[in-house]
Amino acid sequence: MNAEPTTAAHPRPESWLPILELSAQEVFEIMLGCQVEPVKEEENPRNTEFTAMVGLAGALCGILTVCCGSEVAGKIATRMLGPEIASSEGQVWDALGEICNMIAGNFKNKLAGMDGRCMLSVPTVVTGGEYSFHSLADGDSMSTVLLFEGQPVTVRLELHS
Amino acid sequence: MSKIRALIVDDSSVMRKIVERSLRQAGIDLEKVVEASNGAEAIGALRDNPVDLVLCDINMPVMDGLEFVRQVGTVENAKGVPIVMITTEGSESHVVQALSSGARGYIRKPFTPDQVKEHVLPVLEKKS
Repeated sequence: MNAEPTTAAHPRPESWLPILELSAQEVFEIMLGCQVEPVKEEENPRNTEFTAMVGLAGALCGILTVCCGSEVAGKIATRMLGPEIASSEGQVWDALGEICNMIAGNFKNKLAGMDGRCMLSVPTVVTGGEYSFHSLADGDSMSTVLLFEGQPVTVRLELHS
Repeated sequence: MSKIRALIVDDSSVMRKIVERSLRQAGIDLEKVVEASNGAEAIGALRDNPVDLVLCDINMPVMDGLEFVRQVGTVENAKGVPIVMITTEGSESHVVQALSSGARGYIRKPFTPDQVKEHVLPVLEKKS
């Protein structure tokens, strides 16, 4: 289902939010077998118990994060692995990190002319909601909240200018 | 098709399990699955475990998938073993690098079991 690159028609970061949303929706549909739809952020406050992050370097520089509650993270791992396998906390971190990695990869692959000049870091997952996030990215940022089994998953991209 | 011994190389254990499941869903009869979390580990695993197929990520710590493909020919057990890359790195340049280094196929993440079947079965048929 991977859609063709669309940045020829959307060359500026301000118009990349639909591409980010599509990238996340495809990952959830293909890897978890479920549809997720963007919803209003103010009605679905961000839950940061689990934060997965992947850095982008090169032509596109910044960080992509996926934030959700622990229950959602567990459900994502169960969807990916099946209930009999997704048992440990480590597998939940791993699953969320891979979701973040695939969204980042899918996003950059949709940016025509960008994919070969942008590299991804391996994912990192932070657990525990008692922290503040201070990205040093000084450029555009965009975020979307997707409802997964009725609970919010926030996908955020912060870019260096 | 006879039973297949596969090596799955990915730094994510979750992804290794998903790849294994996708191979089974593709109808591939797996006799044995060996796992490695980076290219260096995979080189070591190949010395002790001859396999019929390798599925390999690109972005991994220690040794990435492209370097693994370049070095795999140094392992006596692994000469001629088909390697299919399975990665988030979907750029044309990565595909060209992987294929010119010796990989036989390329699957972009996210992927469906059907895509695994579509890319892996021809490689195995060509080998046999």
